[in-house]
Amino acid sequence: MSQTNHDTPLVSVRDLKIGAVTDAKRKVEIIKGVDFDIAPGEILALIGESGSGKTTIALSLMGHTRPGCSINGGRIRVGNNNVTAMTTRQRAAMRGTEVSYVPQSAAAAFNPSQRIMDQVIEISTIHNLMPKAEARAKAVELFRALALPNPDTIGDRYPHQVSGGQLQRLSAAMALIGDPRLVIFDEPTTALDVTTQIEVLRAFKSAMAAGGCAGVYVSHDLAVVAQIADRIVVLRGGEVQEVGTSEQILNAPQNAYTKELLAAFEPAGRTPQPVQASDRKKPILEVTNLHAGYGPIRNGAPVAKILKDVNFQLEPGRNLGVIGESGSGKSTLARAIAGILPPYRGSVLVDGRELKPDLASRSKEDLRRTQIVFQLADTALNPGHSIANIIGRPLTFYKGLRGKARDARVIELLDMVHLPANMRHRLPSELSGGQKQRVNLARALAAEPELILCDEITSALDTVVAAAILELLKELQSELGLSYMFISHDLSTVEAICDDVLVMHKGVVVEALPASKMSECATHPYSRLLISSIPKLDTGWLASLEQDPDLIAQFSDR
Amino acid sequence: MTRSFLPYILVAQRLGIAFVTLIIVSFAVFFATAMLPGDVAEILLGQAATPEAVAGLREAMGLDEPALSRFVHWLLGLAQGDMGTSYVNNIEVAELIGGRLLNSLRLAAVVTLVSVPVALTLGICAAMWRGSIFDRLVSLLTIFVVSVPEFMVATLAVLVFAVWLGWLPALSYGVELDSWSAMLRAYAMPVISLSLVVSAQMIRMSRAAVIETINTPYVEMALLKGASLSRMVLRHALPNALGPIANAVALSLSYLVGGVIIVETIFNYPGVAKLMVDAVSTRDLPLIQSCAMIFCVSYLSLITLADLIAILSNPRLR
Repeated sequence: MSQTNHDTPLVSVRDLKIGAVTDAKRKVEIIKGVDFDIAPGEILALIGESGSGKTTIALSLMGHTRPGCSINGGRIRVGNNNVTAMTTRQRAAMRGTEVSYVPQSAAAAFNPSQRIMDQVIEISTIHNLMPKAEARAKAVELFRALALPNPDTIGDRYPHQVSGGQLQRLSAAMALIGDPRLVIFDEPTTALDVTTQIEVLRAFKSAMAAGGCAGVYVSHDLAVVAQIADRIVVLRGGEVQEVGTSEQILNAPQNAYTKELLAAFEPAGRTPQPVQASDRKKPILEVTNLHAGYGPIRNGAPVAKILKDVNFQLEPGRNLGVIGESGSGKSTLARAIAGILPPYRGSVLVDGRELKPDLASRSKEDLRRTQIVFQLADTALNPGHSIANIIGRPLTFYKGLRGKARDARVIELLDMVHLPANMRHRLPSELSGGQKQRVNLARALAAEPELILCDEITSALDTVVAAAILELLKELQSELGLSYMFISHDLSTVEAICDDVLVMHKGVVVEALPASKMSECATHPYSRLLISSIPKLDTGWLASLEQDPDLIAQFSDR
Repeated sequence: MTRSFLPYILVAQRLGIAFVTLIIVSFAVFFATAMLPGDVAEILLGQAATPEAVAGLREAMGLDEPALSRFVHWLLGLAQGDMGTSYVNNIEVAELIGGRLLNSLRLAAVVTLVSVPVALTLGICAAMWRGSIFDRLVSLLTIFVVSVPEFMVATLAVLVFAVWLGWLPALSYGVELDSWSAMLRAYAMPVISLSLVVSAQMIRMSRAAVIETINTPYVEMALLKGASLSRMVLRHALPNALGPIANAVALSLSYLVGGVIIVETIFNYPGVAKLMVDAVSTRDLPLIQSCAMIFCVSYLSLITLADLIAILSNPRLR
């Protein structure tokens, strides 16, 4: 679909400036003069990290700014609409019919108290496009085109009655019902599992091609963008870094930042640590026959059984990755080992010592040796405590350090995670996402553990920041002789840091693989499906990907 | 299949909880009143009574039975609609309360009809145009009304409208209610005073509830579909704010049955609240207990109703 259209572009954005007012009432410019065009039928990707302004720009094409933001300068034209000069009423008339929007989280963007059909055809109701019956028929047609199951009846359900992947496709139907000339996709697959993402991407691609409309695809994921976009705009800090065709951006990037993004996509692999036969000790972590679940206990087992018969060993100095999609039980495994969720059967041995199932009955020494780092530093760090206090508490608890000694150790720990000593006086809210995750890690290190359970610790971070955290983990490992159990849904991060990988599906470990040769060694159909679903930095990947539909049906919940 | 039964189960559960609460409350009411200082028999017979006469009266009134058995008798009587007989004037409590309750309910109904639509409209509009001058004005007024005690409002109203201007009668009862205008005039002041008191809280709560739903992604989605402000608020935000709003309304209205003593006293309005105050001063236990139970029942039924609305308005539970 390479476009060399010399007609008037459908969209033209010139010198766009958007300002925002911060909580402290300070005015900042978040979009600093952005220009781009979109030809009719072309799909343009806006790519960048959080804070790059990609969503702000996309929303401004509909004349919408989030509360606190305002368009301060420049011109946006979509078709014949001069968006920047329109009145509120004119903008409302344009939304849905000329430009429409596919949200990041369809689960949140559907009104929970209305039936799906009413929401899908709402654009037609608002703008009086067609009679209701006709709109319903058209919606069913779109459901069919988007490969949704039961297209005739799925609209009668409420949003909570369908899966996330289905909702995301339903939101595309909602965007396409008014035959818009431009569709804005705001990170529409970020919240989805990789195997689901493929189907959704395919559905989007074919629906867009059939409708002949242009698109703006907002994403932080270069590999996903490569599958769907004709051209890519790389953004950073509200400024355009580079514009080019997808092929050119991926294969011949000019800009230094683009190169950095591409490099962060595939972090350097890890040379597997050999199991040293000579001074081989007991495994640092040994899990046998582990079962855990939630809910009231009946007949010695909880009602909702999540983990079923998990067995593995982790040798000292080696790292174990746990991969799987949402609901596979990987976080539950970490919680069961840490004792937050006491397993109802099976045992956990750390360095040969069996741990009590629940946290409360474990000794202080047992607690110290295993630390957990959670995914969201925002919620794991007490917002009312200073960094010194957050890191200092485990120092007092485990080591009895107080006063000057404690302060000195806090500075040491901050230095270990490459943060300046004066940061200890700040509050978590004053730190960036990557800094917070470093503090989160320093808090775990304060206990001087031998094993750290990392639960999706890089998932909420931008790629470049995440790559830096991975580097830090490696460095800490070689300095302190730690072992990590690294839980993630992202195969490339696991590949970068782990020696062995467990593939989980519905609470069961389906396969154990060496991290460096995951795709070669995988034999279980689910591992193969999962590994083949990870998007590659290749514009032809999605088109050439062949997956067995029976397999997909067997292993996914859609 | 389980999904279709879920709401019935939840509703049944909620009603069951309400019933159990009622039993506990009746227990508390009975024994709290039993602990009131003073002995009814002694009060009734006056200071000159002989101990024999007091003992005889106690036996005749069944006061010498153990408390628990009196409680069971009382509760069984209540269940059959028998509220007992007033100690003071030997009239059936039901008869004493009947007319008063009707008065109270009439006042409550009029106040509800006036205040709920006005309060919800103001609250929702304030949320809709959040930050505007209208919103600030409404917020300012509600804070003002909340902070001024009701006896102040009522007394000022009497002073201005009845004494200075002479437009309205100062007392609501005893006035001839022969025409619509007379009735309007008689009710105007108590209704206005009470409406002010109960509206303020409803306005604040409904505004907060609607603002919370306006900030959700699905309302932003409606905006991006080209919906007008009123459609965003009325079709998308409001239905999802129904649960909290129903609760706020129920809490405010429950005040209208039991908590209106001051207003009833100032306007000399013969409602249940005033009856209970009188009953306390004469140690008329059956009357106090019945009044207390009426307040509890009305409070409980309003709160239960609000919870049922919250359950039934949530499609996840339907």
